[in-house]
Amino acid sequence: MARILAVCETKNGALRKVSREAVAAARALAAAMGASVDAIVLGAGTPETAGLGEAGADRVLVASHDSFDRYAPDGYAATIAAQAKDGYAAVVLAATASGKDLGPRLAVQLDAPLAMDVTALAVEGGKVVATRPVYAGKAIQQVVLDGPPALVAIRPNTFAPVAAGKAGVVQSVAAQTGTVRVRVKELKAAEQGALDVGEASIVVSGGRGMKGPEHFHLIEELAKAFGNAAVGASRAVVDAGWRPHGEQVGQTGKTVSPQLYIAVGISGAIQHLAGMRTAKVIVAINKDRDAPIFKVADYGIVGDAFEILPLLAEAIRKARAG
Amino acid sequence: MKIAVCVKRVPDTETRIKVGADGASIDEAGVKFILNPFDEFAVEEALQRREKAGAGEVVIVTLGSDAAAETIRTALAMGADRGVLLKAERIPPDGLAIAQALAAELRGGGYDLILFGKVAVDDYNHQVGTMTAELLGLPCVTAAVKLEIADGSVTAEREVEGGLEVVGCALPAVITCDKGLNTPRYPALKGIMAAKKKPIETRAAALGPVRMSVKSLGLPPDRKEGRIVGEGPDAVSELVRLLRQEAKVL
Amino acid sequence: MASRFEGVDFYDISSLLSEEERAVRDTVRQWVDDKLLPVINEAYIAGRFPKQLIPEMAELGFYGANLPEEYGCAGLNNVAYGLIMQELERGDSGVRSFASVQGALVMYPIYAFGSEEQKKHWLPKLASGELIGCFGLTEPDYGSNPAGMITTAKETSAGWVLNGAKMWITNGSMADVAIVWAKTGALDDVKSIRGFVVPTKTPGFSAKDQKGKLSLRASDTSELVLQNVEVGKDALLPKSGGIKAPLMCLTQARYGISWGALGAAMGCYAEALAYAKQRVMFRKPIAGFQLQQARLAEMLTEITKGQLLCLHLGRLKDLGTMRPQQVSLAKRNNVNVACEVAREARRLLGANGILVEYSAMRHMANLESVYTYEGTHDMHTLILGEDVTGMAAFE
Repeated sequence: MARILAVCETKNGALRKVSREAVAAARALAAAMGASVDAIVLGAGTPETAGLGEAGADRVLVASHDSFDRYAPDGYAATIAAQAKDGYAAVVLAATASGKDLGPRLAVQLDAPLAMDVTALAVEGGKVVATRPVYAGKAIQQVVLDGPPALVAIRPNTFAPVAAGKAGVVQSVAAQTGTVRVRVKELKAAEQGALDVGEASIVVSGGRGMKGPEHFHLIEELAKAFGNAAVGASRAVVDAGWRPHGEQVGQTGKTVSPQLYIAVGISGAIQHLAGMRTAKVIVAINKDRDAPIFKVADYGIVGDAFEILPLLAEAIRKARAG
Repeated sequence: MKIAVCVKRVPDTETRIKVGADGASIDEAGVKFILNPFDEFAVEEALQRREKAGAGEVVIVTLGSDAAAETIRTALAMGADRGVLLKAERIPPDGLAIAQALAAELRGGGYDLILFGKVAVDDYNHQVGTMTAELLGLPCVTAAVKLEIADGSVTAEREVEGGLEVVGCALPAVITCDKGLNTPRYPALKGIMAAKKKPIETRAAALGPVRMSVKSLGLPPDRKEGRIVGEGPDAVSELVRLLRQEAKVL
Repeated sequence: MASRFEGVDFYDISSLLSEEERAVRDTVRQWVDDKLLPVINEAYIAGRFPKQLIPEMAELGFYGANLPEEYGCAGLNNVAYGLIMQELERGDSGVRSFASVQGALVMYPIYAFGSEEQKKHWLPKLASGELIGCFGLTEPDYGSNPAGMITTAKETSAGWVLNGAKMWITNGSMADVAIVWAKTGALDDVKSIRGFVVPTKTPGFSAKDQKGKLSLRASDTSELVLQNVEVGKDALLPKSGGIKAPLMCLTQARYGISWGALGAAMGCYAEALAYAKQRVMFRKPIAGFQLQQARLAEMLTEITKGQLLCLHLGRLKDLGTMRPQQVSLAKRNNVNVACEVAREARRLLGANGILVEYSAMRHMANLESVYTYEGTHDMHTLILGEDVTGMAAFE
């Protein structure tokens, strides 16, 4: 029986949400091919594996090494490649910052094609067909991968985790350090608990209409009111130095697919839209009725953000509490 | 310092995309092509490193058709020294095939640094630079936003979810560059004139086997038309109601 | 309205340009979007030239761009030079005026009429923006009739003494050096006009900002007063003599202006078109109404004609066959086109069109100066009239 490998990611020993998304995507391929799903988890000590069977993994392969406490490019690639080179029809990973580094390394070591930032998967004639946005989301491309294995890196927040209730039998596998050429020395954490704009299911973004960095606390407060929202920013405010580049949504920033995207004081230039147009629901708040953002927004409020944001934050807090 | 920068000719980011007759690529009529914006950071970094070292060479490498020579000249106008065009009539969608051609060209070139933009804004494949490094057996830092080089070793920072990852490696190394690494210079008008006289060698690209094909290219589905819910603070409660009851995201 | 300018090119004139010419145009275009536009509104309202941009413009090679590399210049051809002026004026006529003066009216006369020592001394510093120059020809009572000037230069044993006043001098108050035209002989002896390179710190030289301008506000426009200004023999531009030399300088500047004016028109048209497509009235964008389409079609037609006019003029200039009357035709036409395009664009923008946030009214006001300076529209009419009929009708 063919097998699909889902590469999981951990942070501080705990599984990241994208891991269950990768397993869900692998599960979808497996169903189409009549294959089984193995999840692979790398970490130091005993990395978390709970919930992966539930998420759809038949087996959970665990490779443990001291140097794996954070992403180790050479070691992770060598370890996963060693496992993946026999009998896997496809390898699924998440197109996170690590995934974008790991995927190409695996492709070389497995001598396999890699489709990056995949939003849908299918199997046709035994081959994996990956759907992915191109030209900054202005077009959608379907590529046929001539594996095995076919490598696909899925866009975070796109493949919903499933409740597949598989066995998730945990099995230890050998950790390879590979030839260590790049060492991850440390992680300079962003503000405590700040959720990454690419991972959050709700994003509240501010643009030039916020008039200055000192007003962004209104955006932050609305994000906090949702409980699990990230703060995003338009290119203009990042270039002006009001917000860090990591928050930028758009063509030269991040492309996000949250459940809810709220654009405040953002006019809606094409480059920004490229970064968020696949959000499930878009809300726009802008003083200018003619701003292009209202053409893509599902719901819009024309008005002064400074008046509306505090009221909206309060209303959201109430709605979540009640 | 001998530095290679791999660049790509891409459609301008403002381009309105039309699908071509083959249903698998864009219609290039009237499209303006530019140097990939992320590659500008790579070219700028190379120029700054050469300036810091006081001596050296910056070589621009690209894989593409004859038209890509214009892209090389943009980088030469910024200040690079010479160019290499690896000629391929069609650029395959398979990044590994491209990386193999680049690695074949770069191997044995004695480069201290090989720079790429982190991603091309047409295919968004985000892989060729890192693959090239892996094929050459060189360390690679992907999507660097900060770069320090001292005594033959590199300390770089890259953005990850939740912060910045600090990584280290030795030279020679491959770095793929992200926005924030530097501010690319405009080509001075003198530079544009000087670029005409700088050499560009052309050779056939030794592409690897191509194991990806484009089945289709299409336009994304239009979003359903939305509506303006109201004006000013009075619209807030209606918005919250709609988010909860209609959109079901609350 | 912060999106990038994509140009206006209905007849694919880009395909008639060389790769270098396109690269030059695109570099200036991007610089204007990134660096000039973000500061121009504030500068225009404050009535000051954005001086902080001078070093960058110099570094990119905007000054005297069509002069040879051996003097620190970019050595571009005249079409490329025209494209620089086009893109700069798409930004603002006042900023383009700075570059026109520095390049065509200060660097050019030194290059064309100066000694090798003068060229080597002044040109690199003007190219680098280290020194700023101005051109003193026009006087309070002698505008369209520069040959009537009454500024004098009397020869002395040590050099020359200059006396007189000049008016409407761009860069006058900022300049380190002034190219002053003065009569060395009797006041009715036009042949005695010579050019002098006068450092503005010379005792007796003063400049005063002309206040109260409602046009070209982001530009330094000054009066110059010369009271017994003593300069050495090396101040004389040896190859100058008569009215021909200053007129040749004006021809250079007018050539650039014929491109520049179209740049302003292109900017106004693009802004008006974008606005019309998204401004909704009576449930549809105003771009769908016949009267606005007529405006846009008219603007586009005149712009396209003007583009072909100055492109071919540039090719003639590069061939060495261009005549000043051909420049008169282009300057006269293209500036007039620009004035009308700016005005129609302003009207299309409706009430929004009176705000500084939109460029149309600023361009409209600026272009009135461009219509008047460097040879008024009417003067160029008569230059053409004389050329084709053989009969001068100036007086």
